[in-house]
Amino acid sequence: MRSVRQAASGIRRAPLLSGLSIASIGVSLFIVGIFGVTGYNIDQALSGAESRVEIVAYLQDGVDEELVGLSTAEIEGYPEVEGVTYVSKVEALFRASNELEEFSDVFSDLEVNPLPASLVIQLRDHARTPTDAERVAQRLTGYAFVEEVQYGREWVDRLFQVRRIVGGGALLLGAGFAIGAVLLIGIAVRMAILARRQEISIMKTIGATDAYIRRPFLVEGLFAGLLGGIVALLLTWGSYRIVDGTLLPLAWIPEWWIGVGLLLATLLGVLAAARAVRIELKKIDVF
Amino acid sequence: MIQLRAVTKSYRRRQVLTDVSLRLRKGEIAFLTGPSGAGKTTLLRLIHMQTMPTSGEVRVSRFSSTRIKRRELPQLRRRVGFVFQDFRLLENLTAAENVAFALECTGTPRAKIGSRVQKLLSQVGLAARAGSYPRELSGGERQRVAIARALATEPLILLADEPTGNLDHRASAGVFDLFQTINASGTSVIMATHDSELVRRHPEIRVIELENGTVVFDTNTDASA
Repeated sequence: MRSVRQAASGIRRAPLLSGLSIASIGVSLFIVGIFGVTGYNIDQALSGAESRVEIVAYLQDGVDEELVGLSTAEIEGYPEVEGVTYVSKVEALFRASNELEEFSDVFSDLEVNPLPASLVIQLRDHARTPTDAERVAQRLTGYAFVEEVQYGREWVDRLFQVRRIVGGGALLLGAGFAIGAVLLIGIAVRMAILARRQEISIMKTIGATDAYIRRPFLVEGLFAGLLGGIVALLLTWGSYRIVDGTLLPLAWIPEWWIGVGLLLATLLGVLAAARAVRIELKKIDVF
Repeated sequence: MIQLRAVTKSYRRRQVLTDVSLRLRKGEIAFLTGPSGAGKTTLLRLIHMQTMPTSGEVRVSRFSSTRIKRRELPQLRRRVGFVFQDFRLLENLTAAENVAFALECTGTPRAKIGSRVQKLLSQVGLAARAGSYPRELSGGERQRVAIARALATEPLILLADEPTGNLDHRASAGVFDLFQTINASGTSVIMATHDSELVRRHPEIRVIELENGTVVFDTNTDASA
């Protein structure tokens, strides 16, 4: 209770500085929040795109169908594979003339079917990543009757790259602002310590423990962190509403992300205060 | 209770105390005299372990300057009360609150603080001024509040650095009487003072005189280390 009272008086004593440190935590986590919403929405889009990730193994002409049937069973046994569909040459031609109607005359006039038979491989949920797709593709090329393997690699890679850039950007900018916030909270706590220099000195003379002396300043850091986190949450929510209502429909981040964000902000505040207190209290001796 | 063995203390290149050895027994009272800059305050600060000797050893109760850990300092300080010439009271707190502050800081249960404060203020003769702020009190009264605060942790030793330095003759005598009463209840007292008149009036009290950082006179030589 004493810690809470004194922390509140610390914030009242230097409202501008306390406000600035709260704002800087708010801004740094707001940046993280914006990237978070963006990343989350890319993730949502990706999971849709990923479900369409499939591998196509084109087969050599005149391959023994029985051998292909046996291999299909084997491929279905791969841990990454959900299912395998055999598309014969005839079926391929039929699909092509259906999907590319403008060329249907060309296809029907052909004397020789130029399209190869293929195996279309669907991947399981957890395996729809560039590395898994690549691994399965590699194994498929080992079959003698497989002419070529395609799996839309570039497209998948690019999507994952965008997600990585968003994640990295959030981390980098967030970290930059977080360092600023730590410094500002540090200054606010140092000012509070300076204002209570005489009191701290008396405490040390009387025999108060370091933990007792530190506690109110840590509580001040905790307040600043938590309030900063709430500011960030409000800013992020506001921005989300604006974009969602005007530019494009977006999904809101899951609740546990918010919980982690607030916890992170609080932790940031406490750590910044702890750092400042450790440095500053050493300088204050008993008279 | 207190023992200094060949203690030397230097600040940067300046040697403030040189090879000081002395011992103070449980329940003893002593004046620490000497001109300004003789090393009186440094000696008190060493006993309170606000600073550590450059060489030699200071032992206070079970604590030794050579072995004490930072986290043990609060325990030592609760056993060694310290009174300053300029009182060092918190101006925004009343007399009672200043004393209560010491009790709070050292973990006295909240329920017990009120009665302890009353008892301590009565002990220093200030029960009637409990609600007064330091600025409303005389110098002697302020020093009594400071003494009550120093007694809050029931110390075994009370160190006083020129406690009567800012007081008139009557107030000084009153504060000194208080130290004697505290000493009579078993607390060891070391009082640094410039007041030669006060020292002369109490020939029964041990005098340790410092000059240029060395003990030049001690009326209780057999007790020296």
